[in-house]
Amino acid sequence: MLAYVVRRILATIPVMAVVALFVFSLLYIAPGDPAAVIAGDQATPEDVERIRASLGLDRPFLVRFGEWVIRILQGDLGVSIFTNLPVTTMIAQRIEPTLSLMVLTLILAVVVAIPMGVLAAWKQGTWIDRGVMAFAVLGFSVPVFVVGYLLAYVFALELEWLPVQGYTSFSAGFWPWLENLILPAVALGSVYIALIARITRATMLEVLSQDYIRTARAKGASQGSILFLHALKNAAVPIVTVIGIGIALLIGGAVVTESVFAIPGLGRLTVDAILRRDYPVIQGVVLLFSFIYVLVNLAIDLVYTLFDPRIRY
Amino acid sequence: MFRRDFLAGAAAAGAAGLPRFAIGQPTGSQVVRFIPHADLGILDPIVTTAYVTRIHGFLVYDTLYGVDAEFRPQPQMVEGHRIEEDGRRWVLTLREGLRFHDGERVLARDCVASIRRWAGRHPLGQELNARLAELSAPDDRTILIRLHRPYALLAEALGSPVTPCCFIMPERLAQTDSARPVGEIIGSGPFRFLAGERVQGSRFVYARNADYVPREGGEPSWTAGPKRVHVERVEWHIMPDPATAAGALQGGEVDWWETPTADLLPVLRRNRNIVVALPNPTGMMAWGRFNHLHPPFDNQRIRRALMGAINQADYMTAVTGTDRSLWRDGVGFFPPETPFASDAGLEVLRGPRDLDRVRREIEAAGYRGERVVLLGTTDVPTLAALSHVGHDMLRRAGLNVEFVATDWGTVVARRASREPPERGGWSMFFTFWTGLDNINPGVNQPIRGNGRDGWWGWATSERLEALRARWFDADDLAAQQAIAREMQAIAFEEAPTLPLGQYFQTTAHRRAITEVQQGLPVFWSLRKSG
Repeated sequence: MLAYVVRRILATIPVMAVVALFVFSLLYIAPGDPAAVIAGDQATPEDVERIRASLGLDRPFLVRFGEWVIRILQGDLGVSIFTNLPVTTMIAQRIEPTLSLMVLTLILAVVVAIPMGVLAAWKQGTWIDRGVMAFAVLGFSVPVFVVGYLLAYVFALELEWLPVQGYTSFSAGFWPWLENLILPAVALGSVYIALIARITRATMLEVLSQDYIRTARAKGASQGSILFLHALKNAAVPIVTVIGIGIALLIGGAVVTESVFAIPGLGRLTVDAILRRDYPVIQGVVLLFSFIYVLVNLAIDLVYTLFDPRIRY
Repeated sequence: MFRRDFLAGAAAAGAAGLPRFAIGQPTGSQVVRFIPHADLGILDPIVTTAYVTRIHGFLVYDTLYGVDAEFRPQPQMVEGHRIEEDGRRWVLTLREGLRFHDGERVLARDCVASIRRWAGRHPLGQELNARLAELSAPDDRTILIRLHRPYALLAEALGSPVTPCCFIMPERLAQTDSARPVGEIIGSGPFRFLAGERVQGSRFVYARNADYVPREGGEPSWTAGPKRVHVERVEWHIMPDPATAAGALQGGEVDWWETPTADLLPVLRRNRNIVVALPNPTGMMAWGRFNHLHPPFDNQRIRRALMGAINQADYMTAVTGTDRSLWRDGVGFFPPETPFASDAGLEVLRGPRDLDRVRREIEAAGYRGERVVLLGTTDVPTLAALSHVGHDMLRRAGLNVEFVATDWGTVVARRASREPPERGGWSMFFTFWTGLDNINPGVNQPIRGNGRDGWWGWATSERLEALRARWFDADDLAAQQAIAREMQAIAFEEAPTLPLGQYFQTTAHRRAITEVQQGLPVFWSLRKSG
């Protein structure tokens, strides 16, 4: 097992190298000029040219790529073209809100969606099942930003229970941290809940039709024990897989949610950097996301062994 | 019914009758929470011409002169000046008691270095450079400017609110190349920038500068007069989503939203706790800019013919809606009701639009179906509106238009290309400037004709440049106005740029905020109660 983990971690190195080359090349050929954005609309071509030269953007691709790779190997993601801040500082400032939002959304989604899916499978064909499926369809169909605006309107503007926007660090206290994240997590979680609930229902239906479930029933096992100990454990592998895939959805959804609720997270940082052509920041964030995604996949592979002892590495 | 109304109505129905709790700010807070129109990407106000950085600049830095509501320069950091040798020698004396935020005194040599850094970037500064014989600091409080030729507009230049403004910073920072941002944000203005509290893209914080000495006497007016601060702290909160910004203002989580979008104004106006105002009478000027290097817009007759296709009301309605108090049509090259606005040449914009005639004129001018590459911005609502109306106008005028819909970052990069449209170049783009930035012939770029040294599009006009040069040396305001009038008449003839109208950007703040100044968003004078 340990050897497997080490092998997988080592395998991330070429993956990250390919991602790095791909991202750098893509940004190089993509239209856009950070010097022109920095200079502003009123600047003259001469102003822009001077800024471009001062940023070193007029140097050849290979020189710039080489320098960037050397810095990355030294653990330095570079400095933002716009803000003059180290990219690591900018990411460090933004990672807590995004991680908080993702973790809270994940917890909310799992806590709500799995019981919903189990319930729907158990009560297949009843109004409960139809209700859960209707909710799932709604969750998929209504865009995150619409859910976000509705929640903000009702719970922030009308009822004044929660703030409209912003983020408070966990270090300022649990409740201030939580109150800013409840609405965004519910908004972002709506799609995720729908996804997990549907997969849980489908896999549970398959498992519940297996012989060993009938045997468990014949033995007189309680309904709860059949559903959560016998069936759910065997349905867990596809559910865990979907949860892992969903983390990519969360990263994408976080961009919208962070904008709607003005949360200073990595999603907004990425969008802002792309619009300004702030290459070092884009490269840093994409590398980080790739690394997180590789690690999440590894974690999921390892979690499989907890649910299915037949899986060995 | 609009989507937003439907959502609000549906949500309100569900929420009726449930208990309410207050979430806003604690009462008695002397913190002003402000939503600027954009993220503050660049902190150095000389490197960039971005408007948001100018607002930041007026918090942190001070200027030698300010301008009042009549657009007249007034001493600000300077006590006064003497003009000698028939206008060829200016001696400026700094006020006593000026200090930078690092505790150091503001010295004349700091001002000299700051003027040098700024002058290369500003149109009026470049004119100063062209006449400059000596710029020095004979002592700590004296700035000496010797000129080859008199420059009557020197005080106006040093106090110009046109971006980039001549902000004064310590010499050690002002010696930085003007293409590179300074490493520290140290000014002598009424607020200190708290770098430690900066969260890029989210929050910027300023604290009252307790050591700031406002001018004595007079009243604050635009960037002139005493800058008396009545709040302890100003926090900028960056909110890219207008609906979120509106919600935050309605909920009392912020105090002031600089630029509410037109579609949200009815909601804000209905709220008793919110004041919606028009702060800047010079408004915003919308422009369509041609590429003069390549066909078809290297042809003056084609450009001129398109003047007849412009319906400014269409552009302005697309930008701000049907509320006529928020825009003007029949607008020339200078903002209406400012000293250099005139009706010269405006007749081409009046009367019914005859697009058949425009098409005939374009054909007669020699148009042979060349492709017009229109760079249409999609991610800035105002520019998107201008681009779509412009696209329609060009098509109806019979031009073969390729509409390149893309983000502003791509537009600013592609417009730098001088290649022909078919080789990655372009033919036209749309933009807007604040009226201040078009206020006179000295700073107004859309009316210039300085060719390849000029603004994107590289319009060439010897007549316009000659008149501009004369404007700088005109004897008095009447003479300047006559020149500006002549320039506008020529501009309608040569059409370096299409004037598309003037609109007014509203601002919205909580009623608890009072004494909000006219002009640029500034944070002195204003008070916060409750």
